[in-house]
Amino acid sequence: MIKINHLYKSFNGRLVLEDISVVFEPGKTNLIIGQSGSGKTVLLKSIVGLHDVDEGEIWYSDKLFNNLNFSGKKEIRKEMGMLFQGSALFDSLTVEQNVRFPLDMFTDKTSEEKTDRVNFCLNRVNIKNSNSLFPSELSGGMRKRVAIARAISLNPKYLFCDEPNSGLDPITAILIDELIKELTEEYCMTTIVNTHDMNSVMEIGEKIIFISEGVKCWEGNKNEILNSDNKNLNDFVFANSLAKQLRDSK
Amino acid sequence: MIKFLTQFGLYVMLLGKVFSKPEKTSVYYKQTMREFVFLGINSIGIIAIISFFMGAVITLQTAYNTENPIYPAYLIGLGCRDSIILEFSSTVAALILAGKVGSNIASEIGTMRVTEQIDALEIMGVNSASYLILPKVIATLMFFPFLTIIGIIIGIFGGWMACTVLGVATSEDFIYGIQYAFIPYYIVYSLIKTLFFAFIITSVSAFQGYYVDGGSLEVGRASTKAVVYSSVLILLFNVILTQLLLS
Repeated sequence: MIKINHLYKSFNGRLVLEDISVVFEPGKTNLIIGQSGSGKTVLLKSIVGLHDVDEGEIWYSDKLFNNLNFSGKKEIRKEMGMLFQGSALFDSLTVEQNVRFPLDMFTDKTSEEKTDRVNFCLNRVNIKNSNSLFPSELSGGMRKRVAIARAISLNPKYLFCDEPNSGLDPITAILIDELIKELTEEYCMTTIVNTHDMNSVMEIGEKIIFISEGVKCWEGNKNEILNSDNKNLNDFVFANSLAKQLRDSK
Repeated sequence: MIKFLTQFGLYVMLLGKVFSKPEKTSVYYKQTMREFVFLGINSIGIIAIISFFMGAVITLQTAYNTENPIYPAYLIGLGCRDSIILEFSSTVAALILAGKVGSNIASEIGTMRVTEQIDALEIMGVNSASYLILPKVIATLMFFPFLTIIGIIIGIFGGWMACTVLGVATSEDFIYGIQYAFIPYYIVYSLIKTLFFAFIITSVSAFQGYYVDGGSLEVGRASTKAVVYSSVLILLFNVILTQLLLS
């Protein structure tokens, strides 16, 4: 479980996140949605400790993460996996070496055990016969899947995904969403997904928070989101004409 | 001034992170071996070519400036040897390596920063500064002295080739010149300078790359800054070290 209490974050005096409080539960895909520039990525990066927060508390189970020193944070970070918007695979390493990297760094497994784990993770995300390819030789969808394989290689307790299906076609995007949901349930991870893709919201949104201009405006799930009376949320959800038509026909 | 102090403070803090205990020695060892190839072995070619021609030019210039019969012919070999050992093999070679290796380091680390690869390392709990920079520092500190030695040997060989092929002096005079009044400490002096320059090139370039903020344009700027700042610091430390080591 990840619990955020009264989080504030500003850059050069400009308030980007204001009084965010939320609980992200394990075994669920928790979504942070909002327009571009609303503060979703800053919130996610603050939660994982890539940005220091101005005020507030970030709890990982019973540990106050933002008060820990470098080595304390490091221990929790070993339990995190993160999928970045651009995949962030290491360019100089092959697919296999990318997935193997956390195992090499943090485990004392034998080479055979590591290879088995790498192949298991790659099979789990449906990547086959690509172990020796470099990231530049992969398609966008494959890169995302390899990044997911790397993120789950150490069996993390927490999975963070920043715009996991940006730049992907709708079919591949849904495959990635489904994969994230399956893995979350399978390993009972606390998963937080940043997205502005309504397909993802309707596909995997078990818990959703909506952020507008750095403020949490709404919290609910995919069944509640279409019936909300929050104006900002409705403007976001029914932004395109197809969604508007569906709402009106309803 | 405040900006300079801020940057210097960041640089010192980065070095503090770089020289902290590695997470896994075996991974760092592999990374260091990789850097030996990329930063060291891949630089042999350029050092060899430039050393050869610089040795040849130094010899020809010394020969044409000492044509007066009162100067003994062996001065050509002596001039070539001392120029190569004292300045070329360490300082000029370092300036060339600042261009080749420095820009490579800054752009590699800078690209990793803007494509969130450094963030990915941090999320995993890896000390990204140490993992990315320490192997480069170790590789250059260990390999650049070899490049200096290679530069000295090939530079003097280039001088000898120019001397004999173009006939500006006899081979015997040149060889007598490179042996005449030889002070072995000059090589130690050159190697000490090389160690300082290797550290400057690697750490300054890595610093420029590590703190890139933005996109590809900023990576290009960081790469340029890495070369410029490294070169200026090399020239500054050349004066300081020469005064300290030869006075």
